[in-house]
Amino acid sequence: MTPVVPPGEPGEQYGQSVPGEPLISFKDIHIGFEEGDVLSGVSFDVWPGETKILLGEGGSGKTLLMKLAAGLLRPDSGNVTVMGQNIGEMPEKELLNFRRHIGFVFQEGALFDSMTVAENVSFRLDEEKVDESETETRVREALRFVEMEASLEKYPGELSGGMRRRVSIARALVDRPPLVFYDSPTAGLDPVTCQTIITLILRGRDSQGVTSLLATQRVQDAFGLAHFRFDEATGHIVREKADGERASRVSAVESDGIANTAIPPTKVLVLRNGKIYFEGPADELLRSSDVYLKEFLASAE
Amino acid sequence: MPEEKETLEPVFSALAEGIKRQVLVVQDYAKLSFESVANIFTPPHYWADTLEQMDIIGVGSLPIIVLTGFFIGGVMVLQTAAQFERFGETALTGDAVALALVRELGPAITALLVAGRNASGIASELGSMVVTEQVDAMRALGTDPIRKLMTPRVVATVLMLPLLTAVSDFVGLVGGFLVAYFTLRLGPVQFWTRAIQSLDFGDLVQGLSKPFIFAFIISTVACFMGLRVKGGTQGVGRATTSAVVVSSVILLVTDTFITRVLLWAFSK
Repeated sequence: MTPVVPPGEPGEQYGQSVPGEPLISFKDIHIGFEEGDVLSGVSFDVWPGETKILLGEGGSGKTLLMKLAAGLLRPDSGNVTVMGQNIGEMPEKELLNFRRHIGFVFQEGALFDSMTVAENVSFRLDEEKVDESETETRVREALRFVEMEASLEKYPGELSGGMRRRVSIARALVDRPPLVFYDSPTAGLDPVTCQTIITLILRGRDSQGVTSLLATQRVQDAFGLAHFRFDEATGHIVREKADGERASRVSAVESDGIANTAIPPTKVLVLRNGKIYFEGPADELLRSSDVYLKEFLASAE
Repeated sequence: MPEEKETLEPVFSALAEGIKRQVLVVQDYAKLSFESVANIFTPPHYWADTLEQMDIIGVGSLPIIVLTGFFIGGVMVLQTAAQFERFGETALTGDAVALALVRELGPAITALLVAGRNASGIASELGSMVVTEQVDAMRALGTDPIRKLMTPRVVATVLMLPLLTAVSDFVGLVGGFLVAYFTLRLGPVQFWTRAIQSLDFGDLVQGLSKPFIFAFIISTVACFMGLRVKGGTQGVGRATTSAVVVSSVILLVTDTFITRVLLWAFSK
């Protein structure tokens, strides 16, 4: 697989999707620790513009999949290809360059607690030596996006869990990466704050055309992302059209390999015992007669 | 005796496994230390972080170094004077204090104090960052945590410890002099002349080269312990304790070997 843009400046070859190829591709991934295998033979693709939701019980390997895609972990066997690059074989130095083109929202936010909100959000821009005034503009813009502009000078310790998660989203989106990983962004938050976080993810997806992989234990998050979209014209969240219509467009996207960013497709993937148990549109999951899926949906509500 | 062989096999394999694990730890430590030093020669450099660490490690440790240095000098005089008085040679206390402080006590005690104060601080800070995924977040943002977190701490400790040692030596001599003046009625000229004349170039090299090595040991061990934390806050606690204990033991063991080499080099 060759990148679309030939390598020029360091890292320039990353951040580009390859036409006709998925943005992320997991092939027969195996990874285990002392306690045994966590993922055994997981394969799936994420297409440009797509939002893939990873559902599963705690410890089913959702976070692992995202860390594998970001090159924070290496698989025991199998291939992880992201933006045409084989992540599993990339040396750490190249991975650092590659990661500047992705966004990662960690479960607890993982904000740098000795830095202010503004310093956290500007971290990547400061590392890239972006001009000071431009950094300030972009930081304000990112914080305005998550409605946290008033907390510029606060430290993470002074913020609530939901606010920390919002700042973390701003930090991940400040450089407008084409690909964002959300690791349980709503875990441990109250329903209203969960709604706010999902709205932000919807806005990121629909106004910036971000491709994303989202891990969650809350089925409501999956349905929220599948059934609603952010209408840029009105600035409101509106109900999405029928899932069947979306599904047909998704398959069209997959066969053409061309992203349809106007209506980003959303698919759900359920992990169980280290394998993919279900993959398909959210409504199909809802209609499924499978006993485990029914139990899972009931317990997650 | 096949039965005996069978019963011993698990013991041997467990032993081999344990040794392998320890060798792996040493290998990881060596790789990490090498990388932290290699980072000095390639960009990007984090000068602001290095200066901040120099302030925390150097300026921050100054009060404790001055205080302990002063009293160690004083105690040295009290202990040696009791012996010298038996031979009516109390004037020799200046020599004894100067030699002991500059060659050995200054570097070793300053290093032990910095190990106690800063190795614990570094290990707990980095360990907390690991368990709260801040180190992973840094990697996810495209920044090398070894370059950003470890190299500045190693450079700062290596630059600050020799200076702290020099301060400790001087304050120790002042403490020694004051105690000698008030208890033995030793005059300033007598004390300082003997103290300074007893020291030669070899003593200074010995006293000021050791802190560089000690600082490298303290900072790399502390960073290594902090960055490999596992198991939440309990793990951070364990790493903090290990950082102080391991760095103190290694620096004292290393001290014996360096002393032997330096004594041989300066033909003492």
